[in-house]
Amino acid sequence: MFRPDGTPREGSKLLYQRLSSLSDGELIRYQQSAERALLNLGITFQVYSDTEGTEKIFPFDIIPRIIPADEWHTIETGLRQRITALNLFLSDIYSDAKIVADGVIPADLIQSAATYRPLCKGLKPPGGIWCHVTGTDLVRDRDGQMYVLEDNLRCPSGVSYVLENRRVMKNTFPAVFANSHVRSVSNYPGKLLDTLQHLAPRHISNPEVVVLTPGIFNSAYFEHSFLAQQMGVELVEGRDLVVHDGHVHMRTTRGLQKIDVIYRRIDDDFIDPLAFRPDSVLGVPGLIDVYRAGRVALANAPGTGIADDKVIYAFVPKMIKYYLGEDAILPNVPTYLCWIDADRQHVLANLDKLVVKAANESGGYGMLVGPHASEKERAAFAEKIKAAPRNYIAQPTLGLSRVPVIVGDSIEGRHVDLRPYILYGKDIFVLPGGLTRVALKKGSLVVNSSQGGGSKDTWVLSAGNGNGTHHGNGGGLPP
Amino acid sequence: MMLSRVADSIYWMSRYIERAENIARFINVNLSLMLDQQMEGQNQWEALVHITGEYKQFTEKYGEANMENVIEFLTFDKEYPNSIFSCFRAARENARTVREAISSEMWEYLNRLYLRLREQSNQPRDFLEEEGNQFFTDIRLSGNLFDGITDNTMTHNEGWHFCRLGRLLERADKTSRLLDVKYFMLLPSLSDIGTPYDELQWSALLRSASAYEMYRKRHGRITPANVVKFLMLDHEFPRAMLYCIGRSEESLHDITGTPRGSYSNVAEQRLGSLRSDLAFTGAEDIIRRGLHEFIDDFQIKLNAVDTAIYTTFFEMRTPGAGEF
Repeated sequence: MFRPDGTPREGSKLLYQRLSSLSDGELIRYQQSAERALLNLGITFQVYSDTEGTEKIFPFDIIPRIIPADEWHTIETGLRQRITALNLFLSDIYSDAKIVADGVIPADLIQSAATYRPLCKGLKPPGGIWCHVTGTDLVRDRDGQMYVLEDNLRCPSGVSYVLENRRVMKNTFPAVFANSHVRSVSNYPGKLLDTLQHLAPRHISNPEVVVLTPGIFNSAYFEHSFLAQQMGVELVEGRDLVVHDGHVHMRTTRGLQKIDVIYRRIDDDFIDPLAFRPDSVLGVPGLIDVYRAGRVALANAPGTGIADDKVIYAFVPKMIKYYLGEDAILPNVPTYLCWIDADRQHVLANLDKLVVKAANESGGYGMLVGPHASEKERAAFAEKIKAAPRNYIAQPTLGLSRVPVIVGDSIEGRHVDLRPYILYGKDIFVLPGGLTRVALKKGSLVVNSSQGGGSKDTWVLSAGNGNGTHHGNGGGLPP
Repeated sequence: MMLSRVADSIYWMSRYIERAENIARFINVNLSLMLDQQMEGQNQWEALVHITGEYKQFTEKYGEANMENVIEFLTFDKEYPNSIFSCFRAARENARTVREAISSEMWEYLNRLYLRLREQSNQPRDFLEEEGNQFFTDIRLSGNLFDGITDNTMTHNEGWHFCRLGRLLERADKTSRLLDVKYFMLLPSLSDIGTPYDELQWSALLRSASAYEMYRKRHGRITPANVVKFLMLDHEFPRAMLYCIGRSEESLHDITGTPRGSYSNVAEQRLGSLRSDLAFTGAEDIIRRGLHEFIDDFQIKLNAVDTAIYTTFFEMRTPGAGEF
């Protein structure tokens, strides 16, 4: 929001003036009324480990994060490039695996990934598209450069908060909003429905699309319900569905009803007990058979998690080069792969400076933030790394950019990341906005909602309104 | 056509809201009787527990059936599944599982209602002393508001009909129990029949069903036979049992498409037969046979209708979505 010299950046001036004109009490009141609005709207998530009232509002900060048009242009172009390459990779890896044959990625790295699904070999999803919905995590380092932290090719969540946060923000700062030329995010549900309908295996004008949720106790249940409602489609649970006569049906008050497209928010492991985990009660027995036969579409396709493996992730820039002949527009965070001897030696020698992550975990679980860990914790992690080097990667501790956040009755800087959303159907759509997640604990680098993170509205400014120029260290606080 | 699970949740969502509203009505009638008369107030509260709740559960936890205890039990008790609080909680939980099937106005209103009540439930009960009547009147009003929001924001499709079905069946049941309250109150004072004191009780009863003025327009003088006639057998008064049963039958037939006067499943058969039971009975017959016995019989048949709706439309679904 500010330049290094402490003056507001282009595009942030109006907001800065409005915030400056408020007394402290007023700002807090705005914040409280926004929180009250979210509670009344029931915009909540579940915390698994929390027994007392499992439903919480996702902490929300009313000071928006502003992204100028030129910066967004780079992000959007980079994301398009990346998702194109990732889809080519998935098609390749589950058919001829040319990228392995050509020696770009070692075969055993693919085979040893927990999210690799041999069952998907030979699958040909409609249009060769595997990832219809992606929510890529981006972070900005102290040098102002945006890096890709994770691709989230399976069931990325959070887009509902983007839409609902925006709704609350319009009520909180209507005048600033109206004059800031913020790009709209409200057409996301419509675009998502288009993307899903495009997948329908039967050539009919009005395919039956459903959203498949694990149920009300899932942390993202609100979002599943919200998206189904906004698209006007049924929200189903596994027990609502049944495979019958080679098709997937839902159980209705008038008997069985055929389904064409499933936007599933259940991981591969749980989606079909006959194909994957036999103990899953969330899924639909026989679903994968119907899918293989091309009689139902799944978004996202099964098997996409292979590219979420943090070791495979490290190869994405090479994939972009291999499939597209281009350099990556958005770089990866530099990543040390512990299965490579030299990298492992470096990681073990520098644990106090690095962030170590398990290759197959997400949501901030299974990681070690070296600089914040105790000697004992680091030693324990070193043993884990030595025992299973394939399962660990390490990255430098980034100087994540900070943005102003209301804390108690003052404003302080907190670390943030950004998760934009990409839809890939007939064409690629990048939602101009995204979920800005905030690490609410002072100094913390972990922004996940399951770990005490909050969110902010993200304002992507439209070009041609003096919003294009971007200076300095990108969004940081004044020093 | 809709998901069985969703239909079930909508049906129970509206039943629970109607249930909470009616519990508030029961309490209102007792509160106003206490103000209006010098009768010894205890047994009317005990009667309320008999009518609306599980007597055993109440006495084990609270002991004496005085006003404070009964109000606490019926209003705020989080463990008693049919307290007003529990009803709102259950209605909201059901709504939360079908948010995509109802209008956002319905959800937001219900969510706010629940959050407000939850806040109140954690405060000391002092406010009930001064504002008790208003508190319960507000709860009655919120039930009506929810119905209005439902009627005006939700497409009158199958889901809406399940909503209406749940609401009207619950209301029929509760109006019958309201009449039963009177029966319990009369037990120790048969000599009061026909006295001004008796009329006071019937008036309070009518008011708690929002029926006082409408009754006056229809029948004028208050007589037990006419009150029974009005609250049980009226075709046009929206809280009368026959009205509720008749209109819920309409919704049931709109759901299935079966022509009225015939049936294609057990639910239609039982509901149709219950409607004719009521439609072809006179108030004098009912009183002669015994009001309480008639109501008892009615409630048993109503439960059979509910069971039939479950097996016809909802079965194969989650346990615990709602049983009475």
